[in-house]
Amino acid sequence: MGASQTRSEHPSYRDLSDKTGFSLEQITNLHKRFKQLSGDSETISRENLNSIPALTDNPIKKQIIDAFFDKRNQHKGEVGTYGEIGFEEFLMVMSHFRPPSLKTSEEEKKAMRKEKLRFLFNMHDSDSDGMINLEEYRKVVEELLSKSGNIDLEAAKAIADAAMLEVASTSMPDMAPDYFYEGITFEHFEQILSGLEMESRMHIRFLDVDTVTMRCDKKQ
Amino acid sequence: MKKLHGLDSTDVSSDPLMPSQALLLVSVLLAASALRTAAAPHPETNRNSSNETHKAKKAFPVLDLDFQRVRTPFKISLLVMFGSAMKMGFHFFPGLSSVVPESCLHICAGLGLGGFMRLFGKDVPPVMNPDVFFLFLLPPIILDAGYFLPVRPFVQNLGTILTFAVVGTLWNAFFVGGLLYAVCKFGAGLPLQLLPCLLFGSIVSAVDPVAVLAVFEEIHINELLHILVFGESLLNDAVTMVLYHLFEEFAGAGTVTALDGFLGVISFFVVALGGLFVGAVYGILAALITRFTAHMRVVEPLFVFAASYGAYLTAEIFHLSGIMALISCAVVMKPYVEANISQKSHTTIKYFLKMWSGVSETLIFMFLGVATGAGKNLSWNTAFIMTTLVLCLIARFMGVFGLTPLINRFRIVKLTNKDQLIIAYGGLRGAIAFSLGFLLDGDHFPNKDLFLTAILAVIFFTVFLQGTTIKPLVEFLAVRKKQETKRTINEEIHQEYVDYLLTGVEDICGRHGDHYWMEKLSRFNERYLKRFLIAGYSGEENQLLTFIQKREMKQAIERVENGGRSRLPSAAPSTVSTRNIQPQVPAEEPGVSTENRDKVEAMLVSNLRKIRQRRQSYSRHTLPDDPFDEDVRDAWLSKRVRWKDPTVSFSADTPFSGRAAARASGSQAQSTAPIPDNQVTVQVQVHRSINPRQSPDPVEPPQSPDPVTLLNELKKEEEDEYEYAFDYDDDDDDD
Repeated sequence: MGASQTRSEHPSYRDLSDKTGFSLEQITNLHKRFKQLSGDSETISRENLNSIPALTDNPIKKQIIDAFFDKRNQHKGEVGTYGEIGFEEFLMVMSHFRPPSLKTSEEEKKAMRKEKLRFLFNMHDSDSDGMINLEEYRKVVEELLSKSGNIDLEAAKAIADAAMLEVASTSMPDMAPDYFYEGITFEHFEQILSGLEMESRMHIRFLDVDTVTMRCDKKQ
Repeated sequence: MKKLHGLDSTDVSSDPLMPSQALLLVSVLLAASALRTAAAPHPETNRNSSNETHKAKKAFPVLDLDFQRVRTPFKISLLVMFGSAMKMGFHFFPGLSSVVPESCLHICAGLGLGGFMRLFGKDVPPVMNPDVFFLFLLPPIILDAGYFLPVRPFVQNLGTILTFAVVGTLWNAFFVGGLLYAVCKFGAGLPLQLLPCLLFGSIVSAVDPVAVLAVFEEIHINELLHILVFGESLLNDAVTMVLYHLFEEFAGAGTVTALDGFLGVISFFVVALGGLFVGAVYGILAALITRFTAHMRVVEPLFVFAASYGAYLTAEIFHLSGIMALISCAVVMKPYVEANISQKSHTTIKYFLKMWSGVSETLIFMFLGVATGAGKNLSWNTAFIMTTLVLCLIARFMGVFGLTPLINRFRIVKLTNKDQLIIAYGGLRGAIAFSLGFLLDGDHFPNKDLFLTAILAVIFFTVFLQGTTIKPLVEFLAVRKKQETKRTINEEIHQEYVDYLLTGVEDICGRHGDHYWMEKLSRFNERYLKRFLIAGYSGEENQLLTFIQKREMKQAIERVENGGRSRLPSAAPSTVSTRNIQPQVPAEEPGVSTENRDKVEAMLVSNLRKIRQRRQSYSRHTLPDDPFDEDVRDAWLSKRVRWKDPTVSFSADTPFSGRAAARASGSQAQSTAPIPDNQVTVQVQVHRSINPRQSPDPVEPPQSPDPVTLLNELKKEEEDEYEYAFDYDDDDDDD
């Protein structure tokens, strides 16, 4: 079948599989999709992702696209952004959305949760300083509310402030009145979202069969 | 039979005090009739004596007796009171009620009652027959369950639930029926045909929603397992009905052809989908009607109940699945009705549903006990019963463990062995099975008594044994329990965020995944349904904003309750305040003098405490003592609490959503609950421009409370206990 052919053309599929945890069939399918998005070139730019019609209604479209080009999500220890990404980077980002399987042990689940929370954290922490400060968080809430038409900036501000306060008071209940809580660190972030059980929540279905049902509009 | 009056009165005030008032009324009536009965020795003689009065002039009967007329309603009321008293009584023995599920205790009470009645040679009261059960006792429970069904997990797990409900039940039915037939043929020597056996199998194999609810409520298991077992018990109704009718029809004929089987399959789809359709139609109807009830708030609960009951009965007319109709009606109706009706109606509906379902459940289990205790039509056959029990257990476990690998292939979050064990163990049988057995025609099924006894045995076994031991089993396996802590803002924000994120990633992957369809559905909902069915709906509402509004209420209430020491949902009192996150903003004190503040505080605290104390706290038959409780939310809508930081608090009250519009326009009382220094609270006033006539007020600085107005209002509070009248009794009718 086609799978064996592609396998010989891209011997790194196995490496990718080891690195990201996807199965070979899943990688094949994702590669097909990658080719579609990139217009058969080796890399994807932001414009490619921007032009996906279904994403237009998504309030956090920009953040999602940025996440793909964020070097921090590649787990190589680098910081910054890419201008364009290749398939490997694409796959790395996608691997954050894999669900746990039956065989995942408790430690692996914990690691998974940390990884997913880290991904979210990176999405919020736009200046890469390792903390989500008030301004960034306000932006997050604003974007979230931007879908419902009337963005009440005051409301968004207040919600963000309240959320910040919540994190602050949960993580450091005995803060001195003069202490300036600069921003949410990753540890605090983890703590405050531990109830959501990200490893079971933040995932999408990667099928082994080819189910790409959406085509990109433009000919590229 | 006289129409039952007591509980479904449409009293003008739609007062949540109704349940206890009703009980009071009934007890007064009972006392009165007791007085009268005391006068005469035997109810029957009165008839004769009244006849004789026509012949010879007697003294005018000062005290008369006419028991026959009120006999049935009287017995029903007695039973209801007895059941409710039992329910309360069990909680005086906390040791007992924490070990044994309530349902068992009710059955025991019924057993006692039944045995008692057998002793005196009396008949089982006419109330325990299948019609009463299916038409009066079952609907409230299902409606209660459906109205408060957590829709999101239900829909997410729908595939799993359906598989268990349909395939699992079919498997159970055929396995038990078939093997029973084989055993009887080659073993015990009971002359049972195949079809009656299959019929029996199909009756006894259905997991019962009432029993599941009763037991699972008390073990507080995690949401996933709860919804799986409960959802299965609801959806298998269609399967049970089809199988039951199929086998019943053809047990007479003696054979079932392939055509009949095929028709049965078609019938299943008709029954299930038809039930859903009927329910949805009634649900939309109810939602539409409530759109126009702004001027007639008192009948709102009635529409909800009537529509749901109508859906159930209509489905029953056509032999469709009444349970599914009821569930779909409640689920379809709820979001729109909730947005349309007033707060008090909402409370009324909640209370009535909880009350009815509680009473129903008690009565059902009691009657099971009575039926057993009175023991008229029971015939014991050890071999048959033991075989049935064993087969049922085996079938259930095999079914669950066999189906799960198949299911897990399509599930993202797989079911572990622990989960499977609990699901299998939670397959309780209950009164539906018994009633179905009771309904069997004695002529077609000479072994009816045997069947009934076996069904009862299975019910007793599952409810008593499995019901009691499931709690220790859950503890032993360390199954995840229900998350009791309240939602935090951060969690709520991220829940929504992750939803959008996942939808986006799915789009990038090019798949129409689950999130895609949910998005589509919700967009359709926003654009068409909500506009059509909700009064005054103009814009899009945001889940996060609604959450924040509710939370604000809760915090205001909590602060008052605790006398000014508010707590965050998940943390101990902390010293963090806005200064910690916004150092550049000087913290301002509101211009409140301390004595005023204390005085006001004290009043608020004492008032709210009085009102709060009336809530009890046992099982699901109390309204959850949750901060989103509408009564108290109402109270605080007019008393906006401001934050001391002027740059962050804001705009005056504007209509939150359709139903709050009325209230907001009326109430302008400004007040501040005093805030000690280190409070971590936020007040968010959300601006909505639903009524263009109301333009948003500019940001206002914190104001000192007007103690006089405040105190006056509080005095009013004291007068209307549950009413929370304040100043918007009339406003309720505006829109």
